[in-house]
Amino acid sequence: MNEHDKPNSVEAQARRDFLKTGALVAGATLAPGVLFYGVAHSRAPEEAASSDKRFGLLIDTTKCGDGCNDCVSACNTENGLTGETGPQDSQWIRKVDIKDLRTGYVQSLPMMCQHCENPPCVDVCPTGASMKRADGIVLVDRHTCIGCRYCMMACPYKARSFVHEPLTDQNPEVPRGKGCVESCTFCVQRVDRDEQPACVEACNTQGHNAMIFGDLKDPESALNKALKAASSIEVRADLALNTGVRYQGI
Amino acid sequence: MAQEHCTNQGECRTGQFTALLALGGLVILGALYAFFTLEHHGHVLTGMNNQIVWGLPHVFAVFLIVAASGALNVASIGSVFGKDVYKKRAPLSGMLALALLAGGLAVLVLDLGRPDRLIVAMTHYNFQSIFAWNMIFYNGFFAIVGLYLITLMDRKLKAWSKPVGYMAFFWRLGLTTATGSIFGFLVARAGYNSALMAPMFIIMSFAYGLAIFMVVQSAMYTWNGLVLDEGVRRRMKNLLAIFVGASLYFTVVFHLTNLYFAKQWDFERFILLDGGIYTQVFWIGQVLLGGIVPLILLFMPRTKDAQKICFCFLAPLLVILGGLAQMYVTIIGGQAFPMQMFPGHEVTSTFFDGVVAQYSPTMYEWLLGMGGVGITFVLTVVAVRAFKFMPQDDFHVLQMRRSTD
Ligand code: SF4
Ligand code: SF4
Repeated sequence: MNEHDKPNSVEAQARRDFLKTGALVAGATLAPGVLFYGVAHSRAPEEAASSDKRFGLLIDTTKCGDGCNDCVSACNTENGLTGETGPQDSQWIRKVDIKDLRTGYVQSLPMMCQHCENPPCVDVCPTGASMKRADGIVLVDRHTCIGCRYCMMACPYKARSFVHEPLTDQNPEVPRGKGCVESCTFCVQRVDRDEQPACVEACNTQGHNAMIFGDLKDPESALNKALKAASSIEVRADLALNTGVRYQGI
Repeated sequence: MAQEHCTNQGECRTGQFTALLALGGLVILGALYAFFTLEHHGHVLTGMNNQIVWGLPHVFAVFLIVAASGALNVASIGSVFGKDVYKKRAPLSGMLALALLAGGLAVLVLDLGRPDRLIVAMTHYNFQSIFAWNMIFYNGFFAIVGLYLITLMDRKLKAWSKPVGYMAFFWRLGLTTATGSIFGFLVARAGYNSALMAPMFIIMSFAYGLAIFMVVQSAMYTWNGLVLDEGVRRRMKNLLAIFVGASLYFTVVFHLTNLYFAKQWDFERFILLDGGIYTQVFWIGQVLLGGIVPLILLFMPRTKDAQKICFCFLAPLLVILGGLAQMYVTIIGGQAFPMQMFPGHEVTSTFFDGVVAQYSPTMYEWLLGMGGVGITFVLTVVAVRAFKFMPQDDFHVLQMRRSTD
């Protein structure tokens, strides 16, 4: 796993250098990817992405409310999405309703980028714009994405959206752009401040407590304890992607 | 006699030549218009969306790229397998391959979300990505086939044409394998996850490439008021029939494998039975018009005059049409079919999970796709005008060989 985590080629180094310069110029408001590259190699105290961690998320579908959309709204607000749901609109997280065809049992669950350990989107991306941070968060580098959409073809969860229109009113912490592909970042800007992703926070604030976010490598984390306590699954486990997002109750 | 046939076509019919150029140029202008409009307003103006992320432009682009490698087949048969009739056609075949590839790649680039970052694509390679490998294959194809053309057309370098021809042959197989693998690597999608994808693309590339070659060759003969020798025609006709037959056979094997081994029943049901437009395009476009009808045309005994039409234009034109249909079913149909995330469950969401995705291309996609055809067309017209690409058969030898066939 570690060799996946380290962008160790000369090319990656060149990109790092380039991005570092960019980060200096544009200050703290740049893309999370830039922040990572810039910060990880400066002597900044926060040391944002470390392979000692792997961020993950556990979703308990039995606690997830049918018709509840709080996580989706929180994501849209945090990341500056319009919340519209046309075929060309971006949706980083969506509520999926599933009904067992045999028993008729109905469930509702949030679906977003599963932050795969072996992400197909990263494998196929021709430029390396799709990338996995050392701490397991999968991101698109806004500065190298050419908008070919191959990653969207490859993602088994339809987690990605293509920005079809010029954007206005962006959240300065979450730069997006026409012609690029984007997806859930686990709210990397918040995670780097030791906060929870917006969806998780909203779910808990509303008292549903259907989502637990944390570090999969920390045996003491609430996430790991919950994972140990009850069985959970990966969606499309057959693809062996070792997703960072897991579900209980399906 | 041979001299008569190798006259450069540059001297006459300049008016018509200009008209052809203007036509091609107009189509290219249309593509540029679409490109700049999309560059400004975004892909919101197209029918493509977050479900159908690759649309009509990709249908044209992949078809042209696949056909490019197939068009080179004629040259390969000439230099690798030493068949004289094909050797005479090697320059035309190589030139067409380059023109087709240029057209296909142009569409891919014009459709990018950030075409201005093309330089990024060329300087940042992710070597895990089959897409990046394709870019290397494409560039190499230009270089090797270009070199091959030079060795063919320059007398002093003629001796090199054989080894370079071999190189082009293998490079081309690699290129088509890589193009097919773009889809084969998409394990998540029921329609693409098959090891048969790459070999199937190779077989189909033979058919499409040869069909395009035959149409262009026939057009050149007609333009110059010449009649293609019957022996040559018969050989090419048989070859096309073999390729079309093999493509049909592979199509059957592909779907049977999906049914019996991969157990992709739902997907197969969708394509073969109840997929609406995709089922129609598959059966009517790909199988009937692109496969069965050309085969009948190629084999039906008929009078000499009728032969000319069916063999030289109609049959290959239908194969080309069928090829576009096949790409439509593969690329768009493969995406329209909902991804199975929760087997055994009915799925609904705001993001069109569990439903067949809708796609209706707008004018811009047509303009982009046709632009690729336009680029290929203009390059071909200019090349044929400027250089001696007219096949130069030694008809006496041919005649003798035919009598001993
Ligand atoms: S869920 Fe999709 S977008 Fe997210 S890491 Fe996996 S393949 Fe990539
Ligand atoms: S759209 Fe962007 S992130 Fe996705 S594969 Fe293409 S370059 Fe990579």
